[in-house]
Amino acid sequence: MQITIRYFAGHRDITARSEEQLELAPGATVGSLWGLLVERYPRLAGYSGRMLYAVNQEFGTLATALHDGDEVAFVPPVSGGTPILDLRFTILD
Amino acid sequence: MEDANIQNPKSVPLFAITNQPLDPTPLVALVQAPDMGAVVTFAGIVRNNFGGRATAFLEYEAYESMAVLVLEQLATEARATLGTGAIAIHHRVGRLEIGEIAVMIVVAAAHRHEAFEAAERLMDRIKEVAPIWKKEIWADGASEWVGNEIARKAGTSESNKETG
Repeated sequence: MQITIRYFAGHRDITARSEEQLELAPGATVGSLWGLLVERYPRLAGYSGRMLYAVNQEFGTLATALHDGDEVAFVPPVSGGTPILDLRFTILD
Repeated sequence: MEDANIQNPKSVPLFAITNQPLDPTPLVALVQAPDMGAVVTFAGIVRNNFGGRATAFLEYEAYESMAVLVLEQLATEARATLGTGAIAIHHRVGRLEIGEIAVMIVVAAAHRHEAFEAAERLMDRIKEVAPIWKKEIWADGASEWVGNEIARKAGTSESNKETG
């Protein structure tokens, strides 16, 4: 399946691109994709565990399953600086 | 980005990411209603320093389509938990000079207490989860993404060497 990955801010600086497409095996998750990206771009490793994850513009988790055509964004820490993984508003979806 | 915001009959959307200067006046008009006794307008302004270090200008970047959705979700959350009326949030992207408005939050409520509280909480939440990033371009020419706290503290940030 083909996945589009969007890169922003510090991630775009590290990968030197704003997006790319990757072919993933069935069963891939946000977490397995992140593992692949860290292998490809080792300097991303510093962000592990302190990001938000978005699949098709909705917040997900490392366990979120990916499907063909999905757009994934690894959201580096935003302006406030401290990554607070409080996703309570997603229940209002 | 405007096409995602058709929830009001006027041309100004309630939630927007824009590279144009922000103006509170149309947003106040947008949220006002006869039963709303308070409208609080908060403007986040580009400051001339960060922790005492002189700033030249800022660059904001957003995952624009998602950011609009998140702003709307945060407003829905604030309305549900604090019982406010309509809320409008606009965030600027691109290069911003000292003194320019980076973010505008306008909250209507029946009474002022909820309106003030919602505006403050919304600003906190935007900084926590909205996919919007700020790059400080320092007066000495260096630059870095604010929020990269761990890398900065560890002294491993490559961004200090960027030319911007």
